[in-house]
Amino acid sequence: MVKKVKLPLTEKTLTELKAGDNVLLSGVLYVARDAAHKRMAEALQKQEPLPFDIKGQMLYYMGPSPAPPGRPIGSAGPTTSSRMDMYTPRLLAAGLKGMIGKGTRSVEVKEAMKKHKAVYLAAIGGAGALISKTIIKSEVIAYKDLGPEAILRLEVIDFPATVINDIHGGDLYIEGKVKYKNI
Amino acid sequence: MREIKAGAVTEAVARLFKQANYELGEDVLAALKKARREEESPSGREVIDTILQNAGIALNERIPLCQDCGVAVVFLELGQDAHIVDGDLYTAVNEGVRQAYDEGYLRKSIVTRPFSERTNTGDNTPAVIHTDIVPGDKLKITVLPKGGGAENMAKLGMLLPSDERRGVVEFVVNAVDEAWSKTCPPIIIGVGIGGTAEKAMALSKHALLRKVGEPSPDAEVADLEREILEKVNNLGIGPMGYGGRITALAVHAESFPTHITSLPVAVNLQCHSARHREIVL
Repeated sequence: MVKKVKLPLTEKTLTELKAGDNVLLSGVLYVARDAAHKRMAEALQKQEPLPFDIKGQMLYYMGPSPAPPGRPIGSAGPTTSSRMDMYTPRLLAAGLKGMIGKGTRSVEVKEAMKKHKAVYLAAIGGAGALISKTIIKSEVIAYKDLGPEAILRLEVIDFPATVINDIHGGDLYIEGKVKYKNI
Repeated sequence: MREIKAGAVTEAVARLFKQANYELGEDVLAALKKARREEESPSGREVIDTILQNAGIALNERIPLCQDCGVAVVFLELGQDAHIVDGDLYTAVNEGVRQAYDEGYLRKSIVTRPFSERTNTGDNTPAVIHTDIVPGDKLKITVLPKGGGAENMAKLGMLLPSDERRGVVEFVVNAVDEAWSKTCPPIIIGVGIGGTAEKAMALSKHALLRKVGEPSPDAEVADLEREILEKVNNLGIGPMGYGGRITALAVHAESFPTHITSLPVAVNLQCHSARHREIVL
């Protein structure tokens, strides 16, 4: 069963999402990866405003390939999330409600997700061509000088993702591995 | 002495990097289809279906398979009777990389000063080039756009002779277990055993160029590959780490003599977007 989910996430949706759910997301996603996270963390440290209102929003860890003529974006799959772990708790405290990437998160991030009632989703790494077709609009909104690491605002329709960590403590990576481990 | 023009090298490198980024190899597609048949986990099968669908879109619409178009790794096997003319060999290779990543709308991911400024070079150069001098008068060029996520999980172990085969197996399986969902499984596992520290790493990268699933020609190494693959696929990680039986499509190992005190083992992991292309000039 695939759930259709509107962004930004409502409190009701956040409660309903369960680890292992396949979802199709529609709405706005903000894109940031390593270098943008570093800058956002520095801004928060200096008590400066972030380049967009992060409250209630969903971040996508991604750095696209350049858009060929006539397309809004190039290949656009997720990058490994763990590199963002050291910055994530601060962003969750600032109101971030969801993240999309790939791969496991640290204990600190999972604790902060529980505390701030936020979810972590994965998109399929290496499916950047397919994912790009769900993105209808892409614009650079901050840190343009970072090139493929600039912050983007995306509009997506039926963006495919899977819930990894829900707000109830579910963790698909752990549950999946336990289920199929054969030793 | 046979002459090969530097311009021909540039043209070949540019074409190969574009092709590698849009077209998944037949061997990888066949290995993924086999994995689709063998995977027990429903979510694992869905992941493989999506990966295959993605390959079709990339091929037909000329969109890179993955947004991480990689660090440009290039293997050169230069015949000792070949002579590169009208330019410098490595300059020609880097010019090919520059052209491919520009004309092909491929992502430029290389930064200078890795430990400080991390400024993007803007054209995905410099390539990482490995050159072997071989008999003959030809030049074989193999390109491997290597994604950063899987590369980050590479491991080197300077094991002791007393660790023996069991230690090697354990080291590789642990490296995959530790990488867990981060490397975009199902992966291909490159293993280099022996030589020195840097020789083992080079072997593990070179092993990734083999046709997916083709066993080592050395029977004992092939048997080791089988044992590691079975143990890795018992970990339960599965496609994209959502749980399943197929964590790896293949293990490719290469072995080289080593020092009496040493047992170096290197692991280089390749995501399912296993892109490489070759040509002989």
